[in-house]
Amino acid sequence: MDGIEILVRIAWLLGAASFVIGLMRMNSPATARNGNLLSAGGMAVAIGGTAVLLAFNGNVAPTGWIIIAVGIAVGGGAGLYTARTVKMTAMPQLVSLFNAVGGGAAALIAIDDYLRLSSLVNAMTYVPVTIPLQISIPTVLDIVIGGITFTGSLIASGKLMGLISGKPIMVPGGRLITIAIVLVAAAGSLYLWTGVISVPVMFLILAAALVFGVTMVLPIGGADMPVVISLLNSFTGTAVAMAGFVIGNDVLIIAGALVGASGAILTKLMADAMNRSVLNIMIGGFGGGEGTVGAMTGAGGSVRAIGADDVAIQLAYASSVIIVPGYGLAVAQAQHGVRELAELLEARGVDVKYAIHPVAGRMPGHMNVLLAEANVPYPQLKEMDDINPEFDRCDVALVVGANDVTNPAARRPGNPVSGMPILDVDHAKSIVVIKRSMGRGYAGIDNELYANPKTGMLFADAKAGLASLVTAVKAL
Amino acid sequence: MNAELLAALTVFVLAILCGFAVISKVPATLHTPLMSGANSIHGIVLVGSMLIAASATDLLSQILSLVAVAFATMNVVGGYVVTDRMLQMFKKKPAPSAPPAPSEKAGA
Repeated sequence: MDGIEILVRIAWLLGAASFVIGLMRMNSPATARNGNLLSAGGMAVAIGGTAVLLAFNGNVAPTGWIIIAVGIAVGGGAGLYTARTVKMTAMPQLVSLFNAVGGGAAALIAIDDYLRLSSLVNAMTYVPVTIPLQISIPTVLDIVIGGITFTGSLIASGKLMGLISGKPIMVPGGRLITIAIVLVAAAGSLYLWTGVISVPVMFLILAAALVFGVTMVLPIGGADMPVVISLLNSFTGTAVAMAGFVIGNDVLIIAGALVGASGAILTKLMADAMNRSVLNIMIGGFGGGEGTVGAMTGAGGSVRAIGADDVAIQLAYASSVIIVPGYGLAVAQAQHGVRELAELLEARGVDVKYAIHPVAGRMPGHMNVLLAEANVPYPQLKEMDDINPEFDRCDVALVVGANDVTNPAARRPGNPVSGMPILDVDHAKSIVVIKRSMGRGYAGIDNELYANPKTGMLFADAKAGLASLVTAVKAL
Repeated sequence: MNAELLAALTVFVLAILCGFAVISKVPATLHTPLMSGANSIHGIVLVGSMLIAASATDLLSQILSLVAVAFATMNVVGGYVVTDRMLQMFKKKPAPSAPPAPSEKAGA
């Protein structure tokens, strides 16, 4: 190991350390941005170090430099442009897209490495060369995991963009196809692990992984996509760590394992907050989200519809209002409307706060991002445990597009939302729900809150409903 | 199992535990930026992509590594920029004039 290589390895170590510290600093909103910049700085050092290593020790041909320069220019340009121009509401699908290409890159490294090993063998046809397990295991895992995450993330992104229906798509015999694919991939993997080199079998495994990514995500409803993206993010981390084993590079192993672990924890936290198990979500066919419109309430008690003018009077003469934003607000992109209404009310001396359920929106924390984009002051956003006691003192709770997270049935055992942490909206003196119809949330059950005598239903799309409220409050 | 592989496995396992420890402390509010931040970190795969691109000799290998470098760079650059955009919104606004004033009056 010469001086340059030692320096570069230290640069990689610095990168790895900055990723850990960067993630730690993302603990609190005050240090999060700094943490991300630190992580980006570490990334720049690690990549710069790699370039230095190649320049001094690599004997890189001009074509090699051209490939690197063109690749960085094209990929960097595409990444920078999309990241700069994307609307914040479309951000989850972009994260999924970036995740797809990361997984794709990891798979390509293993494919390339395998093809090189196979060409070595062809050169000396008469000598049967085998690949040791320590290479063949991570190579196959990298191809399988990277392949799944590439197509899976693309499908997830397509579902969120609306290119593919957000409803669970069930292919007849789909489960059988999936099982067949898994068997093919497993048999192929075992075959390669015996040390035999076979390029066709490697490509067969790759094809099986790519198809599996599609069949895994297609049957899952749009509302569950955040959990799926988080899981696939974890997969990509694992694939990158495997790529690190394939080419023998520690920084890939460290960063990949770090992301693999963090993604796994995050996935579990998201699923827990929705009172679902990850397995349950992956089996799919349950989370239709917005697709399950039209199922009328069967729970006892009638529902009281209310007009925008009545709601406006209630809100304007209240002393405190708590706004409960949810998935419907995110879908309707009504965050600016809600901020406008809140400012009008504040100008009239009403105390306005926002109750943010941990899984409000499309991902944990997504609602905070959306509201922050609409310039809602950060101190007004209250987390569930902080805001719940305040519902007792609140005059009007305004629920915009949130459903299951407000269902009092969660306090009783024996139904799909049992035990799920909820916002105590029913403790408010009066409740107004803006909702398109009596459709169910993705737990698939009726919300008892709507049948509460204190509740008035304003049937409208979140954006249109808020706009009519703004007009009505202005007219007062 | 040779010493190099053992060292790599050690690093792998410790990094996994490290990931568990770091993440379990993050509040739900920051989960989306966190996911996006973790997403950019696995863009480190660019280092591996550059290494294979540098030693690519045949055309197929050159094409594969070009795509790998482009994909990985998109992951890195896009990931960090979009995470920064999200986190930028969390910074405290310098006390805007309109909203606080009326609510103080109401409280008095």
